[in-house]
Amino acid sequence: MVIRDLTLAWRRRTDVLSTLFFFVIVVSLFPLGVGPEMELLRSIAPGVVWVAALLASMLALGRLFTSDFQDGTLEQLLITPQPLYLIVLAKVFALWLLTGVPLALIAPVLGIQFGLSSKTLLVLVTSLLLGTPVLILIGSIGAALTLGLRNGGVLISLLVLPLYIPVLIFGAGAVDASIMGFSAQANLSLLGALLALTLVFAPWATAAALRISLE
Amino acid sequence: MLEAVNLGCVRGDRRLFSDVNFSLQPGSLLQLTGPNGSGKTSLLRIVCGLLAPAEGEIRWQGENIKSPGEDYLTAISYVGHRNGVKEELNPLENLRISNGVAGVGISLEDAKLALAKIGLVGRDELPARLLSEGQQRRLALARLITSAATLWVLDEVLTSLDKAAVALLKTLIGEHLHKGGMAIIATHQELSLSAGSLQRLELAS
Repeated sequence: MVIRDLTLAWRRRTDVLSTLFFFVIVVSLFPLGVGPEMELLRSIAPGVVWVAALLASMLALGRLFTSDFQDGTLEQLLITPQPLYLIVLAKVFALWLLTGVPLALIAPVLGIQFGLSSKTLLVLVTSLLLGTPVLILIGSIGAALTLGLRNGGVLISLLVLPLYIPVLIFGAGAVDASIMGFSAQANLSLLGALLALTLVFAPWATAAALRISLE
Repeated sequence: MLEAVNLGCVRGDRRLFSDVNFSLQPGSLLQLTGPNGSGKTSLLRIVCGLLAPAEGEIRWQGENIKSPGEDYLTAISYVGHRNGVKEELNPLENLRISNGVAGVGISLEDAKLALAKIGLVGRDELPARLLSEGQQRRLALARLITSAATLWVLDEVLTSLDKAAVALLKTLIGEHLHKGGMAIIATHQELSLSAGSLQRLELAS
């Protein structure tokens, strides 16, 4: 299932790249707009990078089930003997490999524009690696619920963005703490806890939402 | 054996049908007819467990399929209005991946044989979006050949197929019934089969 989704994404590379470029451009706009004051840039960096990551992963959510829904493969997936929980988990994992990981890997390059130290950049990458799967897991519930609706995209953001707030706070908080010279441990642990929690509950909720959407 | 007991279906605030009963023995075919909007697709989706009936139940080997177990889902193969064909993948990949995801991996050879049988020779490496509507439908039907399902659920599959393909599908269904399989098919066309017994169920509007 993971391989299937990765193959499909490879055939449609532009989708994946556009999410990544969206992230790069949004983050790069800030230093240009705010001006070269290092102190200011450094203090807004965590928030800017995290908000951009949040919006970028939301852009990707539309792809998670829509095309499968439209061509009928989602129906077929629902009547396979495989548990739907695992299918959802596999799809989410594939999407994370395609958006979360590249996003986290390119973040240090963007962080340099904000004058972050190498230690802080490491915290930034770690927080994104822990946080982006949570974003996608929570988002998958919204994506499944809005499946088949017109203007589903806007509705997803309304449903999902409020739920993203804790991830944003802990993620940006970790980077913030590191800039101030404190340990980011506490915030990162909380992100990890969120990940564990959503890993258990989100696929289950998404599976239930998919069954409702396809009725 | 598949049984439907007092099935009723409500979509929105409209009642589509109620008190639908049938039972399907190995080696027999159920043809579902009825005007547009009479609930043929809904009935087939209920049989697949995709839709919950408003009342009544579907029994497979005497057990309610309300929480379909692995046996039932392995036993069923569904071809609906939407073909379930990924346009980015070529027919071979489509066939192998859909089987793989369903838990029955098939070899490259088997996939090629199935495609040859359904009449898609020479299209193996073409992305499915370049196939015509009828060819995509044929690709969807190729899944029936490769799956080991005993119950085929086919929804209006004869549309957009040419005469040769319709004849081919009838042969396939005949072979399937001969092997003790079952099929439910919603179609307005006449079905004349060489093997197996044919039941008709008409849904009134």
